[in-house]
Amino acid sequence: MRPHAVARVLALLTVLFSPAACGSDHAAAPSGERSLILATTTSTQDSGLLDVLLPAFTKDTGWKVTPLAVGSGQAIELGRRGEADVLLVHSPAAEDTFVAEGTAGPRRLVMHNDFVLAGPADDPAGARGLPAAQAMRKIAAAQAGFVSRGDDSGTHAREKQLWEENKIVPAGAWYRSTGQGMGATLRVASETSAYTLSDRATYLAQKANLALEVLSEGDKGLLNIYHVIELTKRAGDRVRPEAAKAFADWMTGERAQEMIGDFGTERFGQPLFVPDAGKDEKTLGN
Amino acid sequence: MDVLGEGLLEALRLLLTGDEDTWAITALTLRVSLGAVLIAVLLGVPVGSLIGLRRFRGRRMLHAVANTGMGMPPVVVGLFVTVLLWRSGPLGSLGLLYTPTAMVLAQAVIATPIVIALTAAALQQVDPDFVLQMRGLGATRLRALGALFMEARLPLLAAGTAAFGAVVSEVGAAQMVGGNIAGETRVLTTAAVLATSRGQFALAIAFGLVLLLIAFAVNLVITVAQHRQTVDR
Repeated sequence: MRPHAVARVLALLTVLFSPAACGSDHAAAPSGERSLILATTTSTQDSGLLDVLLPAFTKDTGWKVTPLAVGSGQAIELGRRGEADVLLVHSPAAEDTFVAEGTAGPRRLVMHNDFVLAGPADDPAGARGLPAAQAMRKIAAAQAGFVSRGDDSGTHAREKQLWEENKIVPAGAWYRSTGQGMGATLRVASETSAYTLSDRATYLAQKANLALEVLSEGDKGLLNIYHVIELTKRAGDRVRPEAAKAFADWMTGERAQEMIGDFGTERFGQPLFVPDAGKDEKTLGN
Repeated sequence: MDVLGEGLLEALRLLLTGDEDTWAITALTLRVSLGAVLIAVLLGVPVGSLIGLRRFRGRRMLHAVANTGMGMPPVVVGLFVTVLLWRSGPLGSLGLLYTPTAMVLAQAVIATPIVIALTAAALQQVDPDFVLQMRGLGATRLRALGALFMEARLPLLAAGTAAFGAVVSEVGAAQMVGGNIAGETRVLTTAAVLATSRGQFALAIAFGLVLLLIAFAVNLVITVAQHRQTVDR
């Protein structure tokens, strides 16, 4: 390369990587600033709820949030390793085990929505209108296609629980596991005319793109309950319990609960989540 | 099929109306990818030159390792860098995870073997007597080396282009190390994945088209430079 060409390239690189251009100066700041890591589930991100709640939280409290939207299994694992400060998850059985280990702080009820059993309109297994457990039994008996998340998410955990309650070990060509998020899994089910278990929020958000209908809904076995779990220094010495508490307090506070109750009404004509802070979990769904 | 047309319209709308988020995402994509390529070139050209020009013990081994590295799955690199940068990891105190800097690091790891392997190949294809001839004509070592790089400049530029293509289109490492955080570490590929999982297919395709467009623009600049230099000589 000729000398002035080199100079030109250098000048370009200088501009590209000068601090002003890089914009990473604040993002790269070490843990000194007021910033917390929230590990949560894909459903809260894919439904758009986080986009509404997090800016309001930051505005109210000054805490900046780094949200990691992963499966509930991964979210809990990140908490266990102290790689997150606070969790917003929906996998009650796994949460109970995790809290019992002792590294987590308080766990509080935030909200619920519900799971729905979705499937093709012609419903080859005859699952329509049945309670979830029976509907799942019909699908297994008919060996109609079923698509599972297969990713240890809260939705996957609930699906496994429903199979277990029916003493069914789902296996065979009719049962497929995507290992992907809810949106992707719904699409696989839609494209292959199969059944799947989905949270209602993601189903409604994607409904326009899907050839799937809700076939079974409403029974208590399909409640999808979200808790916020604070982490403590016992999980890792870089955990910021004060940030976790600020987030959990805010999520269960009046303003967030109101926002949760309103969320989705505009776009779907019905709210996607029911705010539950302070309620007794046993009374839900009655 | 409608979704493809809608995607095209959406891409045009985002670009023409100067949608702030799209521009920020696009700028970050360019910064991260070009940053990674810059590091890869700074590391990869010297190492690749050594492999291509010198004979030393372990040279073949190094070359084989670089060649293998070209096929390294980004998601594995991403996982590796993530674990290193975890708060509890060895580099956790730097607080780099979920920042653009971490993305540059991970993508540099992906791009460096490409630059090493292609630089070595580029220099190896020049006639081995070339440097000797230059020296015989009275050129200093440095001048001879400069002439050698000049001779191999087209395949060398191809090395940079290949590295850029690999990192700008990569999603696994960017997602894992960056976390796809809105306004901070969301790049075109991770934005497209998120839009897809939200069922916003037209938007996802729009991001894909913007990505193609900037890859094309960068390659166009390089190609024009190549050709101009060929004519200049």
